[in-house]
Amino acid sequence: MKLYEYLAKSFLAEAGVPTPKGRLATTPEEAEAAAREIGPCAVKAQVLVGGRGKAGGIKLASTPEEARQRAAEILGMNLKGYVVEKVWVEQQLNIDRELYLSITVDGQTRQPLVIASAHGGVNIEEVPEEHIVKRNVDITTGLLPFHAREVARRLGLSGSLAKQFAQILTNMYTVFRRYDAELVEINPLAVVGDRLVAADSRLNVEDDALFRHPDLPKVEEGTELERKVKAAGLAFVQLDGDIAVMANGAGMAMGTLDVLSHYGGRPANFLDAGGGASVEPTAQAIRFLLETRPKAILINIFGGITRCDDVARAIIQVKQSEGIPVPLVVRLVGTNDEEGRRLLAEAGIHAYTDMGEAARAVVEAAYGKGA
Amino acid sequence: MAVIIDENTRVVVQGITGNQGSFHTGQMLAFGTRVVAGVNFDKAGQEVHGVPVVATVHEAVEKYGANASVVFVPAPFAKDAAFEAIDAGIKVLVLIPEHIPTQDAMEIMVLAQRHGVRVIGPNCFGIISPGKCKMGIMPNHIYKPGPVGIVARSGTLSYEIAYNLTRAGLGQTTVIGMGGDRVIGTNFVEALKLFEADPETKVVVMVGEIGGIQEEVAAEYIKTMSKPVVAFLAGKAAPPGKRMGHAGAIIEGNRGTFQSKVDALTAAGASVASLPWEVPELVRQRLG
Repeated sequence: MKLYEYLAKSFLAEAGVPTPKGRLATTPEEAEAAAREIGPCAVKAQVLVGGRGKAGGIKLASTPEEARQRAAEILGMNLKGYVVEKVWVEQQLNIDRELYLSITVDGQTRQPLVIASAHGGVNIEEVPEEHIVKRNVDITTGLLPFHAREVARRLGLSGSLAKQFAQILTNMYTVFRRYDAELVEINPLAVVGDRLVAADSRLNVEDDALFRHPDLPKVEEGTELERKVKAAGLAFVQLDGDIAVMANGAGMAMGTLDVLSHYGGRPANFLDAGGGASVEPTAQAIRFLLETRPKAILINIFGGITRCDDVARAIIQVKQSEGIPVPLVVRLVGTNDEEGRRLLAEAGIHAYTDMGEAARAVVEAAYGKGA
Repeated sequence: MAVIIDENTRVVVQGITGNQGSFHTGQMLAFGTRVVAGVNFDKAGQEVHGVPVVATVHEAVEKYGANASVVFVPAPFAKDAAFEAIDAGIKVLVLIPEHIPTQDAMEIMVLAQRHGVRVIGPNCFGIISPGKCKMGIMPNHIYKPGPVGIVARSGTLSYEIAYNLTRAGLGQTTVIGMGGDRVIGTNFVEALKLFEADPETKVVVMVGEIGGIQEEVAAEYIKTMSKPVVAFLAGKAAPPGKRMGHAGAIIEGNRGTFQSKVDALTAAGASVASLPWEVPELVRQRLG
């Protein structure tokens, strides 16, 4: 779950990272009041997309009246698909230099990874590799002050800036651990005179660890349908084709899109019904697919922990309760597959055992023969 | 020979009394796995499919000689279960659950490495050596013994590949489920090394997908292997920028694309398939 900039900053500030003074506003009047307190400010749209500045989501204001006008312009605007509901009114900084600092998870070493650069303010991907400092942290010992000092030195920092930097990095690591972060990033980490300030920051909390953070505000992402499916515990991505696809397991769902495309089918979505989905969630998944009004549906199940008889029961349940108004092609093999295919046959549904044959059949059913 | 597990593996099931733990214990027994004990602190003294339930992993090791554990407990408790198994001296740890927090997984991997424990998963189907042992949730009947080693990021896709191979008469030495999470215990390179050293494995099939750089990293090792490698890659039709279910299955910029993986693997001498039924023929060609 990505958190808004203002939340990321408040958690960093709580952990002792210097951030610019700021106030949240949901109306132009609140923005004006905030600016009266803060002085010359930046009015920043709180949305979960990058490149806000270029898209007109960040504007400067030197007076409270101006802050109100800028907030009125930004609030309600559509920024890359997101309607702006909140702005963060933040003290303007006189930035001398910009650094980059983040902590993320390194799949190769299986450990947290600190990434730092003396060139901040841009995407880290755009910084030449030789300007980037990387250091793994042993998660069982944590990030110790000497690690932080070492990174500061390798960035070429010395004196007071090096000390501040090391303190910021250790505090940032506290946030990384405290919130089960996938990513905590300060970019730019601004040099303002003799001080370091987190001018912008990101904090992504891992979805799988949210159970440990019941107090975090829920930040919703994705389309309405994607959110609804996520709430049901399924992985769903809307695509622009017309054959709805459900498979069990992310890899199988991807493989199914490939095979479907191979036969000229245009997938309407990616839906992973998950490992071990029982009857009710599977029926729910089929109902979601019907909501997308596809030309046809392809269900491709290779049951391991998922039991094919459960999948068959789910299909029959939806067919009997609300009906399936478009062609449905089922491929069913794996755990309890004979029982599953028998149940389907009794309900008048043929189930394929071969993935390629099923994909070809659904393409024919959707577009007619010779498609 | 098989890698990691064989007919001498004595398995304890952590979470044996749960819905999945119980069902798959039955399936593992039916496959011929020596499941010697199960663990549930509150239900010690009971039996599941005739397997004794004990309160702790230590008891399973002491009383029943368990040397490998397959974990079915819910994700929030998986770290505790893994630490318990490592502390009890288990040497092979198979983590089935999905949604284990990544920071827990990192802690598990550090501890396991310090104790010389081989971890498979998390978020995986497990590991199977047809005719010898199965620890996991895969369907029993799609495997048969033979010369092919398989290592896969995706569970269901690996079933698809094993099924196609078995139907074509090509059995397997061992099939390893790496798991779809960002932090995993055994990766492609480590699995490939095990297969390279296993005399019965004649060819290795690698089941990968878009996202991340694991396949590209594996390609570097494949260059040094004496055995042929066939790769199957999923995600050719996936649009960039969307996370396709697995944490790692997202294309960002030019990294982790289908084509970059095909190029890296082909340059390393592997044969690459993008449709599952192409795999048996490629394996046959490489077997010679």
